[in-house]
Amino acid sequence: MTITESAASTVLGKRRLRKEDPALLTGEAKFTSDLNIPGALHLAVLRSPYAHARILSVDVSAALAVPGVVAAYSGADLAPLWAGPMPCAWPVTDDMKNPTHYPLAVSKAAYVGDGVACVVATSDTAAHDALDAIDVEYEPLPAVIDLEDALSDRVVIHDELGTNRSYTWDLKCEGEDGQVDRAFADAAYTVSEHYVHQRLIPMAMEPRAVAAVPQPFGGDITLYSSTQVPHILKVMTALTLGIPEHQMRVVAPAVGGGFGAKLNVYAEELLCTALARKHKLPVRWTEERTENTQATIHGRAQRQHIELAADADGKLTAVRVRLLADMGAYLQLVTPGIPLLGAFLYGGVYDLPVAYDFSCTSVFTTMTPTDAYRGAGRPEATYAIERAMDALADTMGIDPLELRRRNFIRKDQFPYTAMTGLVYDSGDHDAAATKAAELADYDGLRARQATQNVDGATKRLGVGVCSYFEMCGLAPSRVLASLNYSAGGWEAATVRVLPTNKIQVVTGTAPHGQGHETAWSMIVAEKMGVDPDDVDVLHSDTAIAPLGLDTYGSRSLPVGGVAIAMACDKVIDKAKKIAAHQLEANEDDLEFAGGNFTVKGTPDKAMPLAAIAFEAFTAHNLPDGLEPNLEAQVTYDPPNFSWPFGTHICVVEVDTETGEVDVLKYVAVDDCGNQVNPLIVEGQVHGGVIQGLAQALFEEAVFDEDGNPKTSTLAEYLVPAASDVPPITLGHTITPSPTNPLGVKGIGEAGTIGAAPAVINAIVDALSGLGVTDMPMPASPQTVWTTIQSASTAAQGASK
Amino acid sequence: MQIRVTVNGTVHESDVEPRTLLVHYVREVLGLTGTNIGCDTSSCGACSLHLDGEAVKSCTVLAVQADGCEVTTIEGLATDGEMHPMQQAFMQNHALQCGYCTPGMVMAATSLLKENPNPTEAEVRIGLEGNLCRCTGYHNIVQAVLSAAGGQ
Repeated sequence: MTITESAASTVLGKRRLRKEDPALLTGEAKFTSDLNIPGALHLAVLRSPYAHARILSVDVSAALAVPGVVAAYSGADLAPLWAGPMPCAWPVTDDMKNPTHYPLAVSKAAYVGDGVACVVATSDTAAHDALDAIDVEYEPLPAVIDLEDALSDRVVIHDELGTNRSYTWDLKCEGEDGQVDRAFADAAYTVSEHYVHQRLIPMAMEPRAVAAVPQPFGGDITLYSSTQVPHILKVMTALTLGIPEHQMRVVAPAVGGGFGAKLNVYAEELLCTALARKHKLPVRWTEERTENTQATIHGRAQRQHIELAADADGKLTAVRVRLLADMGAYLQLVTPGIPLLGAFLYGGVYDLPVAYDFSCTSVFTTMTPTDAYRGAGRPEATYAIERAMDALADTMGIDPLELRRRNFIRKDQFPYTAMTGLVYDSGDHDAAATKAAELADYDGLRARQATQNVDGATKRLGVGVCSYFEMCGLAPSRVLASLNYSAGGWEAATVRVLPTNKIQVVTGTAPHGQGHETAWSMIVAEKMGVDPDDVDVLHSDTAIAPLGLDTYGSRSLPVGGVAIAMACDKVIDKAKKIAAHQLEANEDDLEFAGGNFTVKGTPDKAMPLAAIAFEAFTAHNLPDGLEPNLEAQVTYDPPNFSWPFGTHICVVEVDTETGEVDVLKYVAVDDCGNQVNPLIVEGQVHGGVIQGLAQALFEEAVFDEDGNPKTSTLAEYLVPAASDVPPITLGHTITPSPTNPLGVKGIGEAGTIGAAPAVINAIVDALSGLGVTDMPMPASPQTVWTTIQSASTAAQGASK
Repeated sequence: MQIRVTVNGTVHESDVEPRTLLVHYVREVLGLTGTNIGCDTSSCGACSLHLDGEAVKSCTVLAVQADGCEVTTIEGLATDGEMHPMQQAFMQNHALQCGYCTPGMVMAATSLLKENPNPTEAEVRIGLEGNLCRCTGYHNIVQAVLSAAGGQ
């Protein structure tokens, strides 16, 4: 039985308050920097003040004289500790260039924030005080902050590579040779658009923190880290430091948000671990916010060129995309793969012939490395196609929602083989768009717009639409293999019924705000007929949950949650054998519902799971050959991605005199298939939407021409406050995934994917009567005002 | 310097360095780690606690300035094992995800309602603008504060 068939869900799909909350609300929860670790040494890292500089010498001797300092090291001093360089797990092409990258730079610093020396001391203040006493002699070199400049190799950043180009990755899909070029030649309409995705800082509210605790005489070491990926971190730390993997344990205590930035292996994790082993004492480090903005990864940072070809009705006939992606100074864990995650989505939600030409070139710059930030490649792709659809609608003079409807993949076309060869398992784009249009009063808005946006109007109404498909639930291992990714995409789960019918679930997912403890308890409760409060979810400690691939890419529910449901099925199968044996009935005659086995047609012959759990534990009377205890483990490798979708509509009023954008209404209709806990789904969408809206309106990591970061604090980098953002109107449709037995899809990134294009489409729509055809992000008042002025100057020039 | 501070109803006498911030005092000297640190520019509000009944960012207050004062941290908000109505409202409205900004947000929100017991939605949003949250998009935080106000 699948949940999609079940009319009698008692737990799933119901709003349920989170079991995580009391500890977090009362201050009981322990984040990494809250851990009390007696005798720990404190690490502080000296970071390059130059974007690009040769390191001529490092003198730590004066630092050693600072009271409390135990040791101080240059990059060269620590070189013998590394068994290998910092890991990049995604060599996307065979000829990809990957500069050697160590936790502390040895000969050259390649961005402001690159670690060049470090101190360990008995207190955090002593460690930081001592940084000032380290003398580093630099030879400053020219910075490279512009992507075209990087591509020119005017200044080569990594001498050993001889170029700033890391790779070029192509994906050309044509039904017939030359189909893309012919489609453009034959098109009734074409658009050719250039968009810039500014650099963003993920900015989880908890900065990173690390504590490595060694057992000097046994050789074991425990690494506590504010990470999304304890399992990946364990393997990578073992490999990079040459530690036998079975002696390495990683624990992610309470983790205060990640958004992709904690999906990584960082220098400080390796430094703490290596130095804890060297000094035979715990070593800990807590990131300051300024370090977080410089030395934790950034996101986005792509330049896009997208071209659409369409016939006379506006039906798309081909898509061509060229990307230039900024890797930053080095390749972190999955840096090169991020643009590829978007490569499959530039066709959006539209029915396209097999006529797609994609190419991405990536370059090194002298800025903070980029990597996964909420959505990771997919917000960029969705932005390009959804902005370009508006440009096409504008060119044709038709309503942008109407153009989308003409192109939507219809519900009856699913499962739909896309032009890239991937199969979209399910969808109903028209239903989501219709619902969003109703909630926004789309027709009413268009009528109001006609009366409001008259000549000379200074408060102009704009409506922006974005329909998206998200490729998430990472990922089928064989697909990852075809993309040269170095790991699989499975997830593991163990379900264990204790003698008293309390249930332990061991999951390989690693939550950091998503509410897995609540959601996974609900899956088990539904399956096993117990109260969710009788289920304990164990996670984020590789000693307790040794198997797993962690949390990112909206994978936890459609991969990890499904694994749990399957493990429940295995436990129920075993329990059924015990019930059949004890009830002296045929297994086939038993039914399981509400935590109770009954014999069909003989309702008084029954055995509850609670009784079976105890029988399995005592093992006094089990069927011959059956092992005691009720426990099952499942490792689930998903056969397909999960494909959530939806339509977002943003309504803005733009003040043309000040450039201020007032978001009047934001409607998000998302379809993530069956919902486990609507409360959590809504929270994920709210947060995602505001992060996408923040990219559109507020946020940008700015560097000056010398590569100095100008947005290193929360006073400079504009994370929106409550007063900066609107309430959100939510709706949903439910199109269960046929790929997995729960019928579920991921929802962690959808909001971020839908929001930026919806907001910018709305602003451009508001200003279209003034000749504005595009709006750079972030659309700050100054940018909006300047864009309006340029457009009106251009219009005046044209009319002369 | 010698200070005498009442924290969550308990009197503490401590010898602190003059440069010690109040947030470091409660976290490191008293072991009250519920108060979090999210920035170094007094921008994020994660370290908000009550000083003589009013919400302050404890990264902008020196421990010595709290000499003779009453401090309430998130650990002191519940009474007799019952969460404070604001804590309950946050739970009921799913107003937290990762929970890192939450202690500061709750302390700021209780202080806000003390000053303005019946705020409008816009007043709640403006009243909380010194506290940043990266997870919730604020929607449910605002709802929680409004519902806590309605319940008073």
